[in-house]
Amino acid sequence: MATDTVDSTVLLEIYRRTARIYHADCKFRQMISTGELAIVYYPVRGQEVLAAAMMTALEHDDYLVTIYRGLHDQIAKGVPLKPLWAEFAGKRTGTCCGKGGPMHITHPESGLMVTTGIVGSGIPIATGLGLASQLAGDGKVTVCSFGDGATNIGAFHEGVNLASLWNLPVIFLCQNNRYGEHTKFEFTSTTETVAERGVAYGIRSVRVDGNDAAQMYAAAREAVEHARAGHGPTLIEAMTFRFNGHVFGDPGKYIPKEELEAAMAADPVPRLREQLLALDISPSTLDDIDAQAVQEVEEAAAFALNSGQPELRENRLDVLSEEILG
Amino acid sequence: MSELITFGQAYNLALAEAMENDEQVILLGEDVGDEQGGGVFKTMYGLSGRFGTDRVRSTPIAEQAILGAAVGSAIAGYRPVADIMFMNFLTVCMDQLVNHAAKLRFMSGGQTAVPLTVTTTTGTGRQFGGQHSDWLEAWLAHVPGLKVVTPSTPADAKALLLASIEDDDPTIFIQHIALMRAKGAAPAADHRVPLGKAAVVREGTDITVISYGARVRDCLQVAERLADQVSIEVVDLRTIAPFDEETVLRSVVKTQRAVVMHEAVKAFGVGAEIASRIHEELFGQLKAPVHRVGSKYSPVPFNPGLEQDWTANGGDLEVAIRKVMG
Repeated sequence: MATDTVDSTVLLEIYRRTARIYHADCKFRQMISTGELAIVYYPVRGQEVLAAAMMTALEHDDYLVTIYRGLHDQIAKGVPLKPLWAEFAGKRTGTCCGKGGPMHITHPESGLMVTTGIVGSGIPIATGLGLASQLAGDGKVTVCSFGDGATNIGAFHEGVNLASLWNLPVIFLCQNNRYGEHTKFEFTSTTETVAERGVAYGIRSVRVDGNDAAQMYAAAREAVEHARAGHGPTLIEAMTFRFNGHVFGDPGKYIPKEELEAAMAADPVPRLREQLLALDISPSTLDDIDAQAVQEVEEAAAFALNSGQPELRENRLDVLSEEILG
Repeated sequence: MSELITFGQAYNLALAEAMENDEQVILLGEDVGDEQGGGVFKTMYGLSGRFGTDRVRSTPIAEQAILGAAVGSAIAGYRPVADIMFMNFLTVCMDQLVNHAAKLRFMSGGQTAVPLTVTTTTGTGRQFGGQHSDWLEAWLAHVPGLKVVTPSTPADAKALLLASIEDDDPTIFIQHIALMRAKGAAPAADHRVPLGKAAVVREGTDITVISYGARVRDCLQVAERLADQVSIEVVDLRTIAPFDEETVLRSVVKTQRAVVMHEAVKAFGVGAEIASRIHEELFGQLKAPVHRVGSKYSPVPFNPGLEQDWTANGGDLEVAIRKVMG
């Protein structure tokens, strides 16, 4: 699909979200490296455009369920950077008062309903959100984001089957970065593609270059329209790559050097920039977007660092609907 | 003589009343629709006819999908009742229950409540064998964020199920298989049982016997049988978690002796927790150590003689009472 099928204002919006993700990811890795932040972090470098394109196709109140490698999804969906960053740092000003942490970000105001640390477990929950929207007739679409590794757990098969059976407005977004933890997709999957597994459950299934903004956006748009029209779920297998190891600090020695080099040579972020320049968007426009993103990220990081710790009383709150005594 | 109803009827009445009172109440589970028989014990018969197959949904045999869909619809504002046919099947969806249902309120800093009720059955007496008869309530009670409930009379069954559905926390409602068709007094119109409150179902002065569910009947029978030798007070917990420490301790302060009885195996069970709490709070006031009565430490056997021998019964309770009375 050529870039000219997607409006340049849409591509610019995707670039805006991409820039925020790109600079936030860089800043997180830098802060962890320097010891300013001591957290377990799952880098999203390489997968920015995919998330930005998907979420640009959604409305603000559509639902998102994502996983521990979710910073790109969360930023793209519109979770405000300051409380997001503060939650990653476990501070009282975080989206979840510091009780969720990097693997459990929730922000319903932005549609982000669950971030789970358990591979694949968000899939049946997304099906339930779809069920709620179908029953309520509220027109919302749920996007469920997961990696290729999740497609081998039972929850994937049960959740996709149920969503298909009940024709629910859910988009199953497999971000196929070709590695589940340290293991190659080919080594763990009996099928060549994830998309063909969706076909087996009778749902619309497409495989796209997730690193191409226009192609990814077009696929996302079609899936959203399909769901909103009441035609049920879509499985999007979006091909991408992870430029870092599974968790920050993992050198990723299991990734062949040539494979990593080829992927980095096709870096989706400069690729999107070039596509925009080819559409006569001026370099200064893009530079301004980057500068703006850097500023927002710096402000968010400072906000997180300067925020206080949660009150210890928080441990008695939100366990049950009543405060725990004693 | 007042009207009698079965546990199964009580259960059906509670579901119907809850669905009548609140349109957000939905029911998901295997075979729950009228066309499929209204549940394996027919306790849900008539509900899909009355409330429609949108709200009463028969599902595939897929416990992770049932529980996950219940979690997803709960965080979007519904009050799902997820029927997991047998308690042992909860092991198939423990991820959804333990990692998601129990924790999303806390991990989101109170942003997403999970007002979900899981209804399930278990217990000996009908020879369902090793994979359909376990009591796993101690596993569940051990997880912060879950409430666990089991009734000992049909009237309480109706009230406790209604309270579970109306409660804003995830609640597991356990019904004893062998009692499904057992009869008891129909509830009075104003019969309500709040979660977390035990009942002193028989007054006594010499020893407190604490139990829940079907085994409360053994306690009452033994109390009656030994009435001319020892005055036994019987406490029905009704809610296992949160445990009504106040009612239990008040009773033991009076009697200064206690035995805890349950159908789950004795080792590492709920009885250990209750006995320990009594010892911590009342050690100096006790006339004897608190004893526990539980079933034998083996998987539940099939053979009727073996099954009967396995299950903690009135005889075991009597032995424990005599030991404690000295």
